[in-house]
Amino acid sequence: MTTQLLDRQQAGAVPVRRRSRWRRPGSIRRLITYVILTPICLVWIYPFVWMMSASVKPNGKVFAGLGLIPTHWYFSNWTEAWEQAHIGRYFINTVIVTLSAVAIVVLTTATMGYVLGRFSFPGKKPIVVLLAALVFLPQGYTIIPIFDLITTLHLDGNLFGIILAESGAAHIIQLLLFAGYFRQLPRELEESATVDGAGFFRTFFQIFLPLSKPVIATVVIIQFIASWNDFLIPLVLTLSRPNLRTLAVGIYTFQGENLTNYSDMAAASTISLLPVIIVFLFLQRYFVEGIAGAVKQ
Amino acid sequence: MQIAWTAERTPRGTKKPLRTRIWDARYCYVLMAPGLVLIGMFSVYPMIASWYYSFFDWSGISQAKYFIGWRNFSELVHDSFFWHAFWRSAWFMLVSTPVELVLSLLVAIVLNERALKLAPIYRTLLFIPVVTTTAIVSIVMSFVFAAFNGPVNQVLQGVGIVKSPVDFLGDHHTVMWTAIGIFVWKWFGQPMIYWLAGLQTIPQELYEAARVDGARWWRQVFSITAPLLKPFAIIITLIVAVGNLQVFAFMQALTNGGPFFSSEVMELYIYRMAFGASGSAAAQRLGYASAAGVLFGVAVMLVAGLQALALRRVRADRAETS
Repeated sequence: MTTQLLDRQQAGAVPVRRRSRWRRPGSIRRLITYVILTPICLVWIYPFVWMMSASVKPNGKVFAGLGLIPTHWYFSNWTEAWEQAHIGRYFINTVIVTLSAVAIVVLTTATMGYVLGRFSFPGKKPIVVLLAALVFLPQGYTIIPIFDLITTLHLDGNLFGIILAESGAAHIIQLLLFAGYFRQLPRELEESATVDGAGFFRTFFQIFLPLSKPVIATVVIIQFIASWNDFLIPLVLTLSRPNLRTLAVGIYTFQGENLTNYSDMAAASTISLLPVIIVFLFLQRYFVEGIAGAVKQ
Repeated sequence: MQIAWTAERTPRGTKKPLRTRIWDARYCYVLMAPGLVLIGMFSVYPMIASWYYSFFDWSGISQAKYFIGWRNFSELVHDSFFWHAFWRSAWFMLVSTPVELVLSLLVAIVLNERALKLAPIYRTLLFIPVVTTTAIVSIVMSFVFAAFNGPVNQVLQGVGIVKSPVDFLGDHHTVMWTAIGIFVWKWFGQPMIYWLAGLQTIPQELYEAARVDGARWWRQVFSITAPLLKPFAIIITLIVAVGNLQVFAFMQALTNGGPFFSSEVMELYIYRMAFGASGSAAAQRLGYASAAGVLFGVAVMLVAGLQALALRRVRADRAETS
């Protein structure tokens, strides 16, 4: 499951003798594909290239023509944005929130998936029905009570409130992935664990959890993208606490305060988007496999 | 210690008393407890609390609540902003979901071709928008589509397609279409990867056999790809449709609901009612916003429930006929 997606395409490089008969019509179609797809892909990432280019232009020149390569490189935009938009602090906040939420979600969905996937017990059906009902629960619907709850519990003074609120959204897809994976593992695993004297919890943490690595990878990626992108919860929970803002919220409010400072805005956006894009380019294989894992069960 | 899973193995007829079964499964409950508590606090409780709040006149978290019965709802029914936002959200999902699904499927089919050596590069480029932070990308795109000399307008004018710049995001005729276009661009990569994962479960031999039989490309797509992708299509559609209802970050940062509320989707409406237009405490109406959330949530769940029922019906029919 983990390498199939890439191998299949790399395998395409190896010529298959049987297919040589079809080479000519195929190669023309391939050429057409290249001619169509290449410009589309360039247009696709153009906004990011434009943003990076704008980030090193003086503010007055951001909209002055389509040239992407600036005559002078104004890296002062970057230092200005870094200081004025407090990007350093927001970045750390975002990393803390994302990592914590990913860890909590992996743990809670794995444990719940294990129990729901392998055991029957009184109260299972109501829990399953309840979880199914939560699939379509719109986020906007629950934000007011969440805000109220976090304030009442006095969790609004630190990042913990944001982390808990994000982790507590119903992560049904992740849960289903774990449940489906654990369900199809053989019963003998538990039996031999019991023979070896392992209890219920040890069986889970030392045998089943390590076995579910492919699912963990998928859930980590899905949750990473979700938490890194999350906006409504951190926005609402930091309305009166600017120092707790995440990148998304910080950049959003920075724009609200500097409506016409396009180059600083572009610099702030570049600083906050570039690391993720670079991480993605290096780990893209895991991203793609992780996302693909969501439908492969 | 090993009782928990033996509970399942007990034959149906000889059921133990409920108390014993609960005790037998105690470790199950303990292991699930952290997850259930979190979901209970931040998903189930808010769902119920929204109902409760919707019966109050409540103008701020620290303010007193006044019970007013169904008055919030009766006001909502006559609030044209609410209904516009309501249908706009539904419309946004109904338009963006099929567009996103069909386009990504087409590209996935093309990229799935073994001989396409650049496919991994295309896939990577098309996927980049997915990993970037939604709110920030939306702001960048609001510059790209800016009416005054935004790059898109410069190109359109340069090529001569339009004479005067198009105010993509500032004109109520175009704003929703532009938003849907940008939204599809942003999330396109995700269903594309899903489709690719599905496509790769189809053995290549089938296509080779079809080719030997002289089947053309589109024939292969309709006769091999489509039927074999069906099980994937259901789950992919569900994931994408759910995602396309959660557009707060995207729309708030792109248009802020403007111009003059013409792109205000449901989540933005709720946010504006609850926390004021700019997050200021000036016009907080938490009870009223809760009522709006309740109505919308009920509508969404109703539609989803009907869909699930229909799906089950279809499956049952198919099971009977086969």
